[in-house]
Amino acid sequence: MEISYYPGCSLKTSAINFERTALSTLEELGIYALELPRWNCCGVMFSQSADNLMLQLAPARVIMEARETGRKRLLTLCSMCYNTLKRSLLFFKRNGEKLKKINAFLKLEERDFSAEGVEVIHLLTLLSELDTSNFKMKIKKIKSNLKVASYYGCLLTRPREIALDGVENPQIMEKLLEIAGFQTVNYPFKTDCCASFQVVNRRNVVKKQIRKIVTSAVRNGAEIFALSCPLCEYNLDSVQQELAQEDETFTPIPVLYISQLLSLALGQDPKLNDFSLHRIDPRPLFKEKGLL
Amino acid sequence: MKYSHANRLGIFICHCGVNISSTVDIETVKKALTGYPGVSLITDHTYTCSNPGQDMIRNKIREEELDSVVIAACSPSLHENTFRKTLEEAGINPYKLEIANIREQCSWVHSDRKVATEKAISIIKAAVSKALLNEPLTPISVPVTRKALVVGGGIAGIQASLNIANSGYKVILVEKEPSIGGKMAQLSETFPTLDCSQCILTHRMVEVERHPNINLMVSSEVTRISGFVGNFEVTIRKKKTYVNAEKCNGCGICIEKCPRKTDSEFDRALSKRKVIYRPFPQAVPNIPVIDGEHCLYLLKGRCGVCRDVCGPGAIEFEQEERFVKEKVGAIVIATGYETFPIENIPEYGGGTIPDVIDGLAFERILSASGPTGGEIRRPSDGKVPKEVAFIQCVCSRDPEKYFSYCSKVCCMYTSKHAMLYKHRVKDGQPYVFYIDIRAGGKGYEEFYQRASEEDEVLYIRGKVSRLYREDGKIVVEGTDTLLQENVAVRVDMVVLATAIRPSQDVSRIAQLLKASVDENGFFTEAHPKLRPVESMTAGVFLAGCAQAPRDIPDTVSGASAAALMVCNLFASEELKHEPTIAGVDEDVCSGCGICIGVCPYEARELDREKRVATVNEVLCEGCGACTAACPSGAAVQRNFTDKQISSMIKAILA
Ligand SMILES: Cc1cc2nc3c(=O)[nH]c(=O)nc-3n(C[C@H](O)[C@H](O)[C@H](O)COP(=O)(O)OP(=O)(O)OC[C@H]3O[C@@H](n4cnc5c(N)ncnc54)[C@H](O)[C@@H]3O)c2cc1C
Repeated sequence: MEISYYPGCSLKTSAINFERTALSTLEELGIYALELPRWNCCGVMFSQSADNLMLQLAPARVIMEARETGRKRLLTLCSMCYNTLKRSLLFFKRNGEKLKKINAFLKLEERDFSAEGVEVIHLLTLLSELDTSNFKMKIKKIKSNLKVASYYGCLLTRPREIALDGVENPQIMEKLLEIAGFQTVNYPFKTDCCASFQVVNRRNVVKKQIRKIVTSAVRNGAEIFALSCPLCEYNLDSVQQELAQEDETFTPIPVLYISQLLSLALGQDPKLNDFSLHRIDPRPLFKEKGLL
Repeated sequence: MKYSHANRLGIFICHCGVNISSTVDIETVKKALTGYPGVSLITDHTYTCSNPGQDMIRNKIREEELDSVVIAACSPSLHENTFRKTLEEAGINPYKLEIANIREQCSWVHSDRKVATEKAISIIKAAVSKALLNEPLTPISVPVTRKALVVGGGIAGIQASLNIANSGYKVILVEKEPSIGGKMAQLSETFPTLDCSQCILTHRMVEVERHPNINLMVSSEVTRISGFVGNFEVTIRKKKTYVNAEKCNGCGICIEKCPRKTDSEFDRALSKRKVIYRPFPQAVPNIPVIDGEHCLYLLKGRCGVCRDVCGPGAIEFEQEERFVKEKVGAIVIATGYETFPIENIPEYGGGTIPDVIDGLAFERILSASGPTGGEIRRPSDGKVPKEVAFIQCVCSRDPEKYFSYCSKVCCMYTSKHAMLYKHRVKDGQPYVFYIDIRAGGKGYEEFYQRASEEDEVLYIRGKVSRLYREDGKIVVEGTDTLLQENVAVRVDMVVLATAIRPSQDVSRIAQLLKASVDENGFFTEAHPKLRPVESMTAGVFLAGCAQAPRDIPDTVSGASAAALMVCNLFASEELKHEPTIAGVDEDVCSGCGICIGVCPYEARELDREKRVATVNEVLCEGCGACTAACPSGAAVQRNFTDKQISSMIKAILA
């Protein structure tokens, strides 16, 4: 099966290991993600938070590129890209007038924009649609007792219209991790926001949030986080390191993209994972658990 | 010159104060219709429905020897009957009346005076062309069965049954559970006076059982309803209880000896009951029933202890369900409510945290006859909770996720809960999360003030975002919108004031009755203000929480009102049925039977000898389905014939 794929900026830089492991996992399961021939930044949540049509241009261009491939579905890995593109699509479906306006603008580029015929789908949804028995068969590693805390953050389940699973208590990551042979833990803050871009100039807000999330996950037995958002990854990873430096009692735990764990479970080359990109090195833990 | 009789038609235009005349120019309308074919009089009045207005109509009919009338005013659903009487009093057939609706369908929906005036003229012209073809009709008389069916034996059904029975009419009260009493029997003390719920209820339950005019059928359900006002025929299914109520003397030895236990529904699963049981000690009737889903004998053929110990030999494992047919003249729906199941609210720990319970469960904990004997102990470990959070508006007033309506009773019962908790756990701290307090009602605001001031209940205005367990406590996170900050309280127990929703098989009952329900499943009243206890189906009345969430005082007053409407109906020996129903042109009818299939009232039959379709005049409601479906035009709607419709269209298009 072939599917159009929109990487987004981080996936080519700081989260390159997310892209590599996700694409190789998909390939192993028979899905070929074809990168859009031309793409730009998705526009990020700012495009959805202001009443400014110009800001919708970025996601509109991505959607337009996807339509031109003729394939219906557009795959995203990054939670932020997913959230932005899906909301933008919905925005244009609901606002015919706005669609007309932006189309008039894009006509100058001699292209035709429409919100129909494209569907934005996240990696997690795509994976959970697959035949689980096939998935299970491909799992190479013996059942691991690694306890994983799924961290959804805010972008995958909010607002409700674009939620890829239950808003209050999503389970989609847990299910995938369990299929891959990991143990999962339950903790109350898995859909809390990581404080996002506050990291730029209000680091204290982020620290407070991350401490709460991590402490609760660890208390409930978590040894590692799995997530799908490069910004959440950065905040959890870097801020934990900082907290650990300031406070000896704080125990940081590694933060990984869910596809990294899946790729390991499928027995793929650990090099795809490029663990050096993580500040909190997960290797000792993986060795201890027999995953490396 | 003398007009031929068929042409003496009068038009009366109503100003409705300024409701019509402010957008419709009455003088222009009058001018436009003067000389219109068939019209011999045209006049107007500020309020045609007023006494002077009707006097004017009566006088003009007599003076001008009118034989048919068009009144251009409000919707026929408001005053058609009023004006029919006016015509009758003036000596002409009431069905020679036609209403032209120039208010709801014209003046109220337009603002442009010119457009509205032109439209009013068209509407009146159409009414005139129809009126000229109206036939004089006589209402059909129908006998009334003076016996009522009350469905549901909560306080609403009990009150309605007693009121009807005390007026001298027979009542069949059908309750699906083994006892009457409904939710009120589960309550501890009742706001705003804190009187004991059972104490004020049980003597009424007993009165129902003893009443010579009431036939109480518990463990029963209505499965079929046919017929119409005054003449319903209902089928009632008596479920298997495996106990012969005639033989049982209520001694209770069977309950004592039964070896098996299961969760008590009455105690909201906070205690166990035997498999042969009465829901609660004061149950009416006091006859035990066997729970077939858990009985060892019925499941596996083992045990049978109850049968062995029963002196009068009342245990009948072979019992079959029975169907009883009854004729009744009126039906009262009092099927009550249920609370939204907490298992469906995972964000508040429903179903996963044992110390998160709902209001009815807390009522049981507060009850002297409840699982803890009235002491406040939490379900998980029986400890006395030192801090308790009460959360209001759980699923109510939440259009995003659940229901948009207010459940009405929760503000008050939460005040009651917090207050009673504080009375019993003196060093305890109750917290109440609320959106705002709705304490409209006699003594209600004072009651709430007492809770918040004298009993030191801490009211926090804001919604709860999430609940989770940490270190043996339940953390309730929310926002305090008055202090404008997020708060988290750590408590030992949480009580959720879950939404009140209609009893879940209401849609089945509504279908049986052809009564309509709103988007939330509550029965719709015929008019929200002026006919609040009548359903949309004639002869079917509404009481209690089946209609909307309400407290006991409102339930009881509504139930009495419904009973009065039933008695009103029973006061005359016969009812008048509208004659504007379907008829058959036997010369044209081919007996194809299409009309039989489309009739929703089972009023159509085939006369096998003549090979033509017939209409049961009493069952027919004049909906017009058969007239539209008939391929040969043999089905005719009296005073709404094809000819009339086409002449109306012509009048409008002309
Ligand atoms: C936690 C809580 C506390 C409350 N406290 C107070 C208080 O202190 N003061 C106050 O004034 N009000 C209080 N109320 C409100 C009170 O419970 C209601 O006003 C009252 O019970 C409504 O009575 P009802 O007869 O309409 O409904 P119900 O009590 O629900 O009775 C309906 C009956 O109909 C039966 N039934 C349902 N469907 C069928 C069917 N298809 N066929 C046959 N039978 C059927 C049911 O089994 C039940 O017996 C409280 C409510 C709650 C939830």
